[in-house]
Amino acid sequence: MKDLLTIDQLGADGINEIMKAADSFAEVCQRPVPKVPALRGRTVASMFFEDSTRTRTSFETAARRLSADTLNFSAASSSVNKGESLRDTVETIEAMGVDAIIVRHRSSGAPQQIAKWASASVINAGDGWHAHPTQALLDVYTIRQEGRSFEGLRIAIVGDIRHSRVARSNIEAFSALGAEVTVVAPPTLLPPHVDALGAKVSHDIDAVLAETDVLYLLRMQRERMDQALVPSLGEYHRAFGLTPNRASRLADNALIMHPGPMNRGVEISPEVTDDPRVRVLNQVTNGVIVRMAVLYLVLSSAAAERSAS
Amino acid sequence: MTVQVLRGGTIVDQAGERRGDVAIDDGVIIEVAESIEPPLGSEVFDASDAYVLPGLVDLHTHVREPGREEAETIETAARGAALGGYTAIVAMASTTPTMDSPSIVRDVLAIAEGAPCEVVPSAALTVGRNGELLTPMGELAAMGVRIFSDAGRGVQDPALMWRIMEYATGLEAITGGQPIVLAQHCEVEALSAAGHMHEGEWSNRLGMAGQPIEAETLMMMRDITLARRTGARLHFQHISCAESVELVRQAKAEGLQITAEATPHHLTLTHAECASYDPVFKVNPPLRSDDDVAALRAGLADGTIDAIATCHAPHEPHTKEFPFDQAPPGMLGLESAVAVALTELDLPITSIAGLLSWQPAAIAGIDDRHGRPIAAGEPANVCVIDPNETWTVRGTEMASRSHNSPWEGRELRGRVRHTILQGEFVVTQGEATR
Repeated sequence: MKDLLTIDQLGADGINEIMKAADSFAEVCQRPVPKVPALRGRTVASMFFEDSTRTRTSFETAARRLSADTLNFSAASSSVNKGESLRDTVETIEAMGVDAIIVRHRSSGAPQQIAKWASASVINAGDGWHAHPTQALLDVYTIRQEGRSFEGLRIAIVGDIRHSRVARSNIEAFSALGAEVTVVAPPTLLPPHVDALGAKVSHDIDAVLAETDVLYLLRMQRERMDQALVPSLGEYHRAFGLTPNRASRLADNALIMHPGPMNRGVEISPEVTDDPRVRVLNQVTNGVIVRMAVLYLVLSSAAAERSAS
Repeated sequence: MTVQVLRGGTIVDQAGERRGDVAIDDGVIIEVAESIEPPLGSEVFDASDAYVLPGLVDLHTHVREPGREEAETIETAARGAALGGYTAIVAMASTTPTMDSPSIVRDVLAIAEGAPCEVVPSAALTVGRNGELLTPMGELAAMGVRIFSDAGRGVQDPALMWRIMEYATGLEAITGGQPIVLAQHCEVEALSAAGHMHEGEWSNRLGMAGQPIEAETLMMMRDITLARRTGARLHFQHISCAESVELVRQAKAEGLQITAEATPHHLTLTHAECASYDPVFKVNPPLRSDDDVAALRAGLADGTIDAIATCHAPHEPHTKEFPFDQAPPGMLGLESAVAVALTELDLPITSIAGLLSWQPAAIAGIDDRHGRPIAAGEPANVCVIDPNETWTVRGTEMASRSHNSPWEGRELRGRVRHTILQGEFVVTQGEATR
């Protein structure tokens, strides 16, 4: 695996391999000095063409715990705004000598294009509405940590599926592992040709709550109101938000997850955010662990390929 | 002048397909016979195992000059066209400045003087292609412009389109009865402007905003309704979906004066190509589904679609090295169109020749000199195509200044051997000679 671009490229075996590696890095993170020399001397560049402090910090923390050198190219405020082509930007960064490039881009497919041009490994940290594979992997890790088996696990993903890279990658990951995924949203927030997602579809959160093992809430973006996709955040909250009443109808051992940052009062009522079933902070902690595993596997296999050739 | 003889070919024209030699002198076909003994001092050109057709005519070329000469010039477009078997191309108004006034049309004609292919200027429907004000259509028609199009943009305002159609029907006094053809790029931008590819299962999977087919069909329905009212002569450019073919079929059955073109890429490629995220596959209208490709081919076969037009749209290489959603739409087409048709379309050669030559010539109003039968006394605008020679598409080896061919690396069957423009061999043995 030179690059990690999508969940589809991994399949169940690939996901499980990353989970196994993550287990060993979880132990590292428990140590008083949570650091191993696994990637000493390697340089990891983060190229964020779209701001995301959370994801970038998580990746950089993971890289440092593996003793890699990190380089931060904040492309959102650089030459990209001066009309430089994506290829030129990537070749410039590569010329500085990097082993891996972590890419966040608002354009779907940009990491795939970069992987074609770069000899360094490329890790997709979220592209457009397309994919966010490390988010899906950390979510799998979080559910797995609860000792839950994915076979037949009922997972409902609620919210703006249409514009969500998290939804696309999570559906791929959960389905590959045998879970039953239902997407819940008003028709305007579902993609056209929703069947291509390979998930069940519902427009009624109340109808699915009682049969849900994991309730996965997506962030509702305010700009969707301007596009007449939903009339108001208030109406969205009343129809699809996780209110205390709805939370009370979820099973006691259900999990409530969210990729963050949460819009309190929109997809989730403020009083529900403290519910013991909420796993949002575990997701953040596991993000570092899983990204350590991804960086390690990608860079060690790239090194193996190089020495083989 | 020296007599030139094309020997051993199969002639294909409106009269069908037959064995025959063709003698040309001083820009005119002087003799066509099963076998011509070349007169003393004549030049003989090999046409064996090849088709001899009237030169091809492209209704839809973005020549880029003036304004974007780094992507293409009139000369390079015309050379590529000649290499592709064309003897005439209709230049779209999508230039900078826009071809929306007599002075710019005159400039284009002056630059095109001596080019290896006749460049027929179209003109914009609206000033600056902005969809707000009519261009001086009467003056432009008086200069000989017969096709008007906002090339790459549809006229969004229905009231303005209605006025344009009404006005155009009054211009036949200027043209001596020749129709003014209003060529529409059908796209309701409110439905499609945010999108970058066909709205379908692939746009969903790839996380890309889609361009729904309704963006095309709604404008077609509007224009058909207005054509019924005004009697204007409409031409639908690059129709891309099954529903569009059906709309044209019904409009023709109703007796409306409507024609339509389809591009080589919409006839052969689908949205699945976008899975590579390579912007070379970005085009407007977008590559659509297998069902749409099948419907377009059925439309060619039953005569619903009148012409194969390239929508040749050069873009400098670096502009296609941006993310898919930021790259400009458009593909090269002139040098590969006839080969794509011969390789991919299961149609008789007479149909392919009609779709690429005399049918578009009639739409462009240049059928007095292009798309003529291969017969004595006709102007010698001719191409010779070997239908069996294979070649591999390489953008960098093309005459175009740009390389954005969606068939890059593909092996195609059918190669242009000679192209003859007004009696002059502008392509000889596959090499440009002007």
